[in-house]
Amino acid sequence: MNAYQTWVSFYTIVRKDVVRIFRIWAQTFLPSVVTSVLYFVIFGAFLGSRIGEVQGVPYISFVVPGLVMLAVVTNSYMNTSFTMFMSKFFGRNIDEILVSPTPPWVIVAGYIAGGMVRGVIIGVLVLAVSLFFTHLAIYNIFAVIGFLLLTSLVFSVAGLVNGVYAKSIDSINIVPTFVLTPLVYLGGVFYSAEALPGFWGSLTKFDPVFYIINGFRYGLLGIADVSIWFSVGILVGLSVLFLAIAIYLIKTGLGLRQ
Amino acid sequence: MADAALIVKDLEKTYASQEGRPGSQALKGVSLTVEQGDFFALLGPNGAGKSTLIGIVTGLVNKTGGEVHVHGVNIDESPEKARTFIGVVPQNMNLDYFGKINDIVINQAGYYGIPRAVAIPRTDQLFKDLGLYEKRNDQARTLSGGMMRRLMIARALIHQPQFLILDEPTAGVDVELRRSMWDYLTKLTKAGVTILLTTHYLEEAEQLANKVAIINKGEIVLNDTMQNVLAMHNEELAAKEGFRGGKLEEIFIQMTKEK
Repeated sequence: MNAYQTWVSFYTIVRKDVVRIFRIWAQTFLPSVVTSVLYFVIFGAFLGSRIGEVQGVPYISFVVPGLVMLAVVTNSYMNTSFTMFMSKFFGRNIDEILVSPTPPWVIVAGYIAGGMVRGVIIGVLVLAVSLFFTHLAIYNIFAVIGFLLLTSLVFSVAGLVNGVYAKSIDSINIVPTFVLTPLVYLGGVFYSAEALPGFWGSLTKFDPVFYIINGFRYGLLGIADVSIWFSVGILVGLSVLFLAIAIYLIKTGLGLRQ
Repeated sequence: MADAALIVKDLEKTYASQEGRPGSQALKGVSLTVEQGDFFALLGPNGAGKSTLIGIVTGLVNKTGGEVHVHGVNIDESPEKARTFIGVVPQNMNLDYFGKINDIVINQAGYYGIPRAVAIPRTDQLFKDLGLYEKRNDQARTLSGGMMRRLMIARALIHQPQFLILDEPTAGVDVELRRSMWDYLTKLTKAGVTILLTTHYLEEAEQLANKVAIINKGEIVLNDTMQNVLAMHNEELAAKEGFRGGKLEEIFIQMTKEK
């Protein structure tokens, strides 16, 4: 395939997924928006008024970056893992791409782009919803955009790896429930790592989601527990690792070809 | 001389044991050649290895030994290039059942690098040829079994392949539709498309194919022109054994029966 044909193939994979995402908007966009409203009401407006300030900002503003990232992480992950799994097990229409000359890296890029589109749109929606509850003056727009994109990239690729390798629907649901959700909650959505006692504070620093929230919180509020460049390094490292695994899986056909 | 559409040399496939099921050797050194322009029938009983062979050629199954060349391109060296020559209609339905049938075919064109502006009129023409035009905005799940088969043929032809592989395309299709498919496939052959067909309807193979191979338990047991194969028919033996089928069917049973 020449460069133009490769682009057409990539665009086709992305277009198909984005059309699907918008067609079932009540399943893809609405749940995260509704959940975020509940979080903002309960943790922000209700509990937040009793907690007061954290690291110099109102508590409701403090939790916004974590709640945006919670939505981005879970939606990016679920989009690619679910789309890949469904195309493998229901209808087996992944074969449409596998019999075509589309190179493995384009398949990976196409699926990831679909996950990123959903993750970024939901991130923006949750951020927009937060404006009904608090005032936000973005501290560093480049950090906001950069962490939004990098986070959706990392978790789209991770979801794709899960989707390719999954042998049952349980394998798709286990990771978000038992891995992603704890990582996000323990990654400092609702608290600052500084506030945790020694051992727990150290443990949090092994949680990759901590660095995501740290970086995004810096972009929105200008406060960070660790260097944002260290956070960028962690995200880039994870992206490279998961991308290498995803391309290897598609190229060799592990989990896809017999 | 032009490259053959397909050369398969010493092809082997062993499925690994998994989840309590023992492993099995599906292909035991299969070799065959399909020349350009051939209508080649690959016949065999269930589990003989036909779909495994097709899976390997189309990139859906990883082989464990041997070589495959499609239009002179080694699938190990340039798998993507080899796939540009092939259109495949699989045995099992593999459709996005919630997708509109228009989108399914136009997207398939996209995976081959064909832009929508080119794919849309081509899709319309294929749907008209195959009697699906009125259904073009329907979801695939609403189609009958026969229409789904025709949809898969349209999808396989959208990139105008030189080599069309059909794995039991008429399974479960009524007689009238089967005959209209035969006419369509004959037209394709006349237009220069090479066809590899697997089918359990042996009268279909007898009418359409100019070459035939019979595969049994992972091995090719017969590979010749249809004319030569039909000439092997032994009237006396057939009468003695009480066969009541067509010539090819009787030869098939002779070649594949347990010794």
